[in-house]
Amino acid sequence: MSDSTALAHGQHDAPDHDHEEHPAYLRHHFENIEQQADAAGFAMWLFLLTEVMFFGGMFTAYLIYRNWYYPAFVEASHQLNIFWGTLNTLVLITSSFTMAMGVWCAETRKQKGLVLCLVLTFILGLGFLGIKSIEYGEKIEKHHVPGFHYSLQSFTNPASDPEIFKEYHDKPLMGDMARHTEMYFSLYFAMTGMHALHMIIGIAILGFMIFRARAGAYTSGHVTFVENFGLYWHFVDIIWIFLFPLLYLISRHQ
Amino acid sequence: MTDQKEMEESQHHVVSPMIYLGVFITLLIFTGLTVAASFVEMGVFNPIVALAIGCIKAVIVVLFFMHVKYSSKLTKLTVFAGIFTFLVLIGMTLADYFSRAWGRW
Repeated sequence: MSDSTALAHGQHDAPDHDHEEHPAYLRHHFENIEQQADAAGFAMWLFLLTEVMFFGGMFTAYLIYRNWYYPAFVEASHQLNIFWGTLNTLVLITSSFTMAMGVWCAETRKQKGLVLCLVLTFILGLGFLGIKSIEYGEKIEKHHVPGFHYSLQSFTNPASDPEIFKEYHDKPLMGDMARHTEMYFSLYFAMTGMHALHMIIGIAILGFMIFRARAGAYTSGHVTFVENFGLYWHFVDIIWIFLFPLLYLISRHQ
Repeated sequence: MTDQKEMEESQHHVVSPMIYLGVFITLLIFTGLTVAASFVEMGVFNPIVALAIGCIKAVIVVLFFMHVKYSSKLTKLTVFAGIFTFLVLIGMTLADYFSRAWGRW
């Protein structure tokens, strides 16, 4: 007999309960475990769809402004480093894989495996943020952060930025169009910043989950929390799957 | 033995690690493809190819990592309806912006 059933017995010894035996984690307003799990998954998806709409607004803004200020967006995106972007994509996809394995470990009640997967996901998440901070650092050094200290030099005089120039041979942007590169970086920081915020929240929850998993909380049958967190983590991965080509890749040849 | 049976009855479908591994490798291959494609001069098709590969990757993640393939009809319908609504919103917004006031921005 499993631990959870034994626990359920202990709590429901009193004969005044007129319904059938059930695990302790089944809430009373649900008919059975299946219904409870379906309801939790459904609610998580509703939340994720609000997130889709939230990020979708920024993606739409990006596409519209890219269409309007096309030369500025092309040259500004040449400032991004494809090596770091690709590495970060690999890190994030790997973390999604370790998270999926963590969900499997919880479902099959493997406590050590679950803790290992959660720790790996935690480390890969931090690795992603570390690489992102290197990229942000480059932008700060070159004064490509929108605001009072924003510098147009890389765009009005591309030859002054030899590392980028030798790869892309960009032509100087004139007047207003050079100014519009600031719009690219505003959207770049808004989108990757919001994505990074979701990563930070996810990493904080992962830290909490590692402690709970070590105490055996998710390997006695009740896996809803791990599964729903998995959904959240994969969703954050999907956002990056679209951010990466849109910000880094699609303007290389224009 | 009863424990095993109880788990099978009360728990939903458990996706096997081999499927996760296959999905992981597929995602790595598509990441390589999308980076490689960005180094090929394709004109207007560069963004189209990049977004198509992104969509394929996202669908694979949703179906397998997020278990939608093995979920209830309610979940499938919710996800589909949500993404459909999102595409309508983004599609109509972009159609409006791209077809109006040409050259006056």
